[in-house]
Amino acid sequence: MQEAMINRAKQLLADGTVNRVIGWKRGEFVYDVTPAIFETAEELDTEFVYDDFTAANVSKYLVKECKKEGKILAFLKPCDTYSFNQLTKEHRVVRDNVYIIGIPGGPKLDAEKIKAKGITGILGAKNDNGTLVIETLYGEEKMPYYEALSTKCESCKSKKHVVYDELIGEDGDVLDSDRFDMVEKLENMSAQERYDFWREQLSKCIRCNACRNVCPACTCEKCVFDNPDSGVENKAPADSFEENMFHIIRAFHVAGRCTDCGECSRVCPQNIPLHLLNRKFIKDINSLYGNYQAGEDTTSRAPLNDYKTDDCEASIVHERGVE
Amino acid sequence: MQVNENKEFEPLIVAFCCNWCSYAGADLSGTNRLNYPTNVKIIRVPCSCRVNPMFILRAFQRGADGVILCGCHPGDCHYTSGNYFTRRRMTLLFSMLDFLGIERDRTRVEWVSAAEGAKFAATMNEFTEAVKKLGPNRRLEDLRCRKQ
Amino acid sequence: MLKISIDKLDELFEAISASQTLYIPTDREDGAAEYRKYESGMKLSNALNTVRSAKDFFFPQTENLVDFKMEGKNIEVIDIRKESEDFVIFGVRACDARSFTILDKVFLAEPVDSYYKTRREHGTVVTMACTRPSETCFCGVFGIDATAPEGDAACWSDGESFFFEAHNEKGQKFIDSISSLLEDGDTAKLEETREKTRSILKKLPLAGLSTESFGGDRMMEHFNSEKWGELSESCLGCGTCTFVCPTCQCYDIKDFNTGHGIKRFRCWDSCMYSDFTKMAHGNPRLTQLERFRQRFMHKLVYFPANNNGEFGCVGCGRCLSKCPISMNIVKVMKALEVK
Repeated sequence: MQEAMINRAKQLLADGTVNRVIGWKRGEFVYDVTPAIFETAEELDTEFVYDDFTAANVSKYLVKECKKEGKILAFLKPCDTYSFNQLTKEHRVVRDNVYIIGIPGGPKLDAEKIKAKGITGILGAKNDNGTLVIETLYGEEKMPYYEALSTKCESCKSKKHVVYDELIGEDGDVLDSDRFDMVEKLENMSAQERYDFWREQLSKCIRCNACRNVCPACTCEKCVFDNPDSGVENKAPADSFEENMFHIIRAFHVAGRCTDCGECSRVCPQNIPLHLLNRKFIKDINSLYGNYQAGEDTTSRAPLNDYKTDDCEASIVHERGVE
Repeated sequence: MQVNENKEFEPLIVAFCCNWCSYAGADLSGTNRLNYPTNVKIIRVPCSCRVNPMFILRAFQRGADGVILCGCHPGDCHYTSGNYFTRRRMTLLFSMLDFLGIERDRTRVEWVSAAEGAKFAATMNEFTEAVKKLGPNRRLEDLRCRKQ
Repeated sequence: MLKISIDKLDELFEAISASQTLYIPTDREDGAAEYRKYESGMKLSNALNTVRSAKDFFFPQTENLVDFKMEGKNIEVIDIRKESEDFVIFGVRACDARSFTILDKVFLAEPVDSYYKTRREHGTVVTMACTRPSETCFCGVFGIDATAPEGDAACWSDGESFFFEAHNEKGQKFIDSISSLLEDGDTAKLEETREKTRSILKKLPLAGLSTESFGGDRMMEHFNSEKWGELSESCLGCGTCTFVCPTCQCYDIKDFNTGHGIKRFRCWDSCMYSDFTKMAHGNPRLTQLERFRQRFMHKLVYFPANNNGEFGCVGCGRCLSKCPISMNIVKVMKALEVK
């Protein structure tokens, strides 16, 4: 797959269709890939990589990149294409300035999951028929491949590319995923249990803003949390209120626009399951206002920008779930 | 949090009222000498959809124990469709607050028209009672703002 | 050396926490380690290092500086400073221990930061030598020996016992306070463990990095390097690197209106943020490239230039594992290296 991608990219660079490529660059170890822009065939040959660890969603960089001169080639996994479509709908990217090649998606691995098993000194990792064989400074380690999956890949919702100019590999289908299972589990806990769960998780937050900065839906030029005039600009989570508030507000601002790409949870340095907040909104929207998948198309109105005269009342919150 | 002469907890209620319907409704309840608790602090907004989720959180941060939004009945919004957006927005917000474990009875949306003075007073009485039962807001409180 | 058996660790922690607050690194339910105030039954983490560094104890993420109260037109200034209580931080690794030296150079230089100073004076740092360094470690590049950490007192493990040694008066006081639980021990097995660790340290993938190309002498050459564009192109400007770094020390001062007074507080800031050093006319570093460059120039060039060659990095490797897009100081060093 990596070979095919590099070759096609080189072709498109050579015939002038695009003048740069956005992809992933090799790092020091097997798992630290960095999104990067490649401008020459040589750079592609020596540094481009596409493997089990290229989980990063590059659509966000296209917001800035599509404003530059010339066309850029972007390799998008199925989940990334939803983000791109949503960005097109919101006029944050210029569709014509991007040449999209759809590539097969995951599952992708997360080095943090490997390290959580106590495996350290990681020098290399290979999939051997369902077992991940890891070469370390302290000898060889093994673990089930599926336990190293990135959280977002554990409940993949779709292998279908919703936007592309061409495909490498096959297109897939929308899947029946279990991504709302944990949300449902929380909904069925008592309010006190939920409160305790979220206090434990959100008290870890260090306000590093990685979740906000990596999110393709958060593209405001001046974020409300960076604006001293908004009244909520705070660099640090001074107390429990601020820890809660940042996440409630951020989840609300992306509600209906979040494509559930899972990047927020992947990048959180404290392993807070932020995707649960966003999935809660998606689940509510699906059940109250009709199934909606952000990024599926570029013309439908987002649920919070829309209404029906017979929408349910807010009191429905009292009738659902567990108190 | 305040206490009355009986040393009982008195909740602080913030009511966002839209100028055209619910604020006029509040006026009417006053003209008709219908009592509603002094715990309720009304903030007048041009339309219920002016209310940003951040306002609600900020009200809780600054000491409110309950927040209620009042607006025109759906279909009768002075600006035609504002309250439809309010309805969707607040349903999702309250659902999220519930998800985080914040007590459901602390928040409410009520549609009160300019002619419903009695409904306004009754709603405020009922809501204040409900919040009083829950006790002071501790889960969405900002300790720095608590009066010592 | 004085030692205590590993099965008696609970007793040790109980004894220390009886007279002062004790913080130890312990495992959370999600597998990561963090420093927590010791409570009976808490287990010492086996993890190599915590996610948040130990600088929190001396330079907390948020800290109230002063309070104001308004009475009409009068402003009352309320000094809320108070002397810190004694506390012990146990299990600090060599890299974090060196970071305190770096922070001291900033906060204890004139004018002295009284908030930092009181904590530093009352805090006892008990370090713990490493036995299983990870691939992201490179403390050796900055002259730090993971098998011989600094700190007020140091501790080593040979798998069966913990061995202690004091480095100064404070450390000696700490050891004296627990001496009833310690006994004299033979260090043969310990030396074996240390030798094994040293050989792993030599084999670490990043052990070959060199700081020769950096320091104050090549300032303009590095500043004007063409590599910054490529290095900073995918930086999200989030601030994760700054917040997990044990040596980053920039902070912002803000006022918070509580409704019945003003609290002036300071909080960690990141030079990666778009409003860092924002002044009346705007921000002097308008692009992410300039902000990215600033952070690494500070650590590799400006800080050593101002502090007798001491680098602003301790090789802990946190930025290597926590950066959302895997950019870090090692990649910068390799790109800018002058061969």
